[in-house]
Amino acid sequence: MIRFIFRRTGSLILLLVAVSFITFTLFQLGPADPASAACGQECTPERIAEARVALGMDHPFLIQYIDYMRGLVSPRMIGAPGAESICQWPCLGKSFQTNENVSDIIARSLPYTLSMAVGALVLWTVSGVGLGLLAALRKGSATDKFIVGAASVGVSLPIPVTGLFLLLVFVNQLHLLPFTTNEINSPFGPQGPGAWVLNYFLPWVALAVLFSAAYIRVTRTNMIETFSEDFIRTARAKGLAPRTVTFKHGVRAGITPVVTMLGMDIGLLLGGAVLTEQIFSVPGLGFTAVRAAISGDLPVTMAITMLAAFFVIVANVVVDLAYAAIDPRVRLQ
Amino acid sequence: MTQLQPSPGGQPATRTAHQAAGTAAFLDVRNLSVKFPTDDGLVSAVNGMDFSLERGQTLGIVGESGSGKSVTSQALMGLLKGTSARVTGQALFQGKDLVTLPESGMRQLRGRNIGMIFQDPLSALHPFFTVGHQIAEAYLVHNKASKKQARAAAVDMLGRVGIPSPEQRYDEYPHHFSGGMRQRAMIAMALICEPELLIADEPTTALDVTVQAQILDLMSELQQETNSALILITHDLGVVAEVCDSVLVMYGGQCVESGPVDEIFYDTQHPYTLGLLKSMPTLSSSSGRLNPIPGQPPSLLDLPKGCIFSARCEYAALAGDGVCAGQRPELVVEDGHGKRCHLSGPQIVTIRNTR
Repeated sequence: MIRFIFRRTGSLILLLVAVSFITFTLFQLGPADPASAACGQECTPERIAEARVALGMDHPFLIQYIDYMRGLVSPRMIGAPGAESICQWPCLGKSFQTNENVSDIIARSLPYTLSMAVGALVLWTVSGVGLGLLAALRKGSATDKFIVGAASVGVSLPIPVTGLFLLLVFVNQLHLLPFTTNEINSPFGPQGPGAWVLNYFLPWVALAVLFSAAYIRVTRTNMIETFSEDFIRTARAKGLAPRTVTFKHGVRAGITPVVTMLGMDIGLLLGGAVLTEQIFSVPGLGFTAVRAAISGDLPVTMAITMLAAFFVIVANVVVDLAYAAIDPRVRLQ
Repeated sequence: MTQLQPSPGGQPATRTAHQAAGTAAFLDVRNLSVKFPTDDGLVSAVNGMDFSLERGQTLGIVGESGSGKSVTSQALMGLLKGTSARVTGQALFQGKDLVTLPESGMRQLRGRNIGMIFQDPLSALHPFFTVGHQIAEAYLVHNKASKKQARAAAVDMLGRVGIPSPEQRYDEYPHHFSGGMRQRAMIAMALICEPELLIADEPTTALDVTVQAQILDLMSELQQETNSALILITHDLGVVAEVCDSVLVMYGGQCVESGPVDEIFYDTQHPYTLGLLKSMPTLSSSSGRLNPIPGQPPSLLDLPKGCIFSARCEYAALAGDGVCAGQRPELVVEDGHGKRCHLSGPQIVTIRNTR
């Protein structure tokens, strides 16, 4: 098990290097010119050249990349010769737009994204797996048909539609919930966990409607398949109670595809739920990344891309570990 | 295995004796039918099965795939309860009707009074739990015991079914076991509560031939130890000859011939059974080709009006014009030997002798 974790950590680092290199290259190939964006309204070729030096873009591509990667392991100096400033470890560079440390921008945005992700995750996992299991147990019944129908509707509703609809009904018309504010980004803040839940409830529902629909379908399909397995028949033949057959023997075997999905979705969501953050004006990672990409702010875009990749990869490692915990056959390899 | 040597001392089925005496058999199945509603119509998987069984006896149920063998066993186990299957008729087990018994009552019997061994032990064992845990679980459902006692019972049982160093094997998973060892573990699981009735659904089909004999010996041995009744479902006539006391031949969800094992093999009364016996490969046959029964089993969606086997029966003409195709024969039992055929005894003897 420990060797397994070590091996996966090794491949994690390799993957991150690859992702960073690809992002860096893509950015260089792209049409954005951060220097002209940074030098402002009255731009002269000289000032653009100055800006290029200040942003470190006068160096060859590979040198820029190596400099950037160095910042991940130690502090480094950034800026034109004579006007350098220190960038503390972990140095993700400084924003081309605001000259702020990128690590500070990330640290500011991450709690919003975490707040969104955690609640949505709990909501959709519980509802998706629960309803999927119920539909599988009542296969062919009216309950099953209703759940499957609702899931088909849910999966085809785009986030902007659900989000705006929820805002219109619950905030604008019924005044049941407050409009999402940026002042709350943690259940441990001065406003307390209740305010946190109320603040993020609508974005959670908007995300959960979309995700749980997919989870219902995957859970239902897999559980129906599992319930027809021979080992379920064996469990019944032993005289076990239906509850034990369903949950101990059935769910444990049928849940693995859901675990895979969950891992990937958590990874993706931690990288920023772009649309949902836009609609509810939550300044999380997705919101920040979109703005940075539009303005050609390479360090911020890089950092969020890498962070998203990091989350996805880590989530995959966690999924693999969870697999090994659930299925003893995986431990063999 | 492939030799057709019936086990010595086979007792004839005692149904008629019980009927005469008016006493209840240990297991008495009457007119058992199972139908499955499907989108294409009603599938009649089992159509009016009758048989009975005493403790210490082994009944072999033989038939090709889709003849209703497994469905019969699942109906007896109550495993069809809660599905769309329609089970009718009667199956009296120690006075309780397994057909009408509610699921909760059936659960008490499963594992404790009726044990079941399945065909493929790899898929029948749960891949995520240790073999020992799965056996101990079967013990814990029906016995008030601590986990420690259950473990001890399971280890003991693993030893009894011939698994070496059972204490270590207890903590291993099914995928660590070989095919034969898995089936031994399956048997241990089925027998841990010492059920009076054991149903083995093709227990040796998924195993290689050398292991088959070991598993059969083991089942016979344990059966004698506990004096339990055994229903052995198989399509292997060699297996039947080796371990069964009486045989029931199924075709199209019906019993076409039943009786003591010697009589089925040496005084065969039904053309289908004759065909089955003829289709078995023998070492002495010179042609080197197998002799299959031509044709396909009938569709269970739409059973023929007459004898279910008539379409494939090469002797149907002997019974007279259109009799076999037009009229369903009854199961006629004489001296414990039942057959469902329009042909008379002498006609069958002639067929046997000219074959």
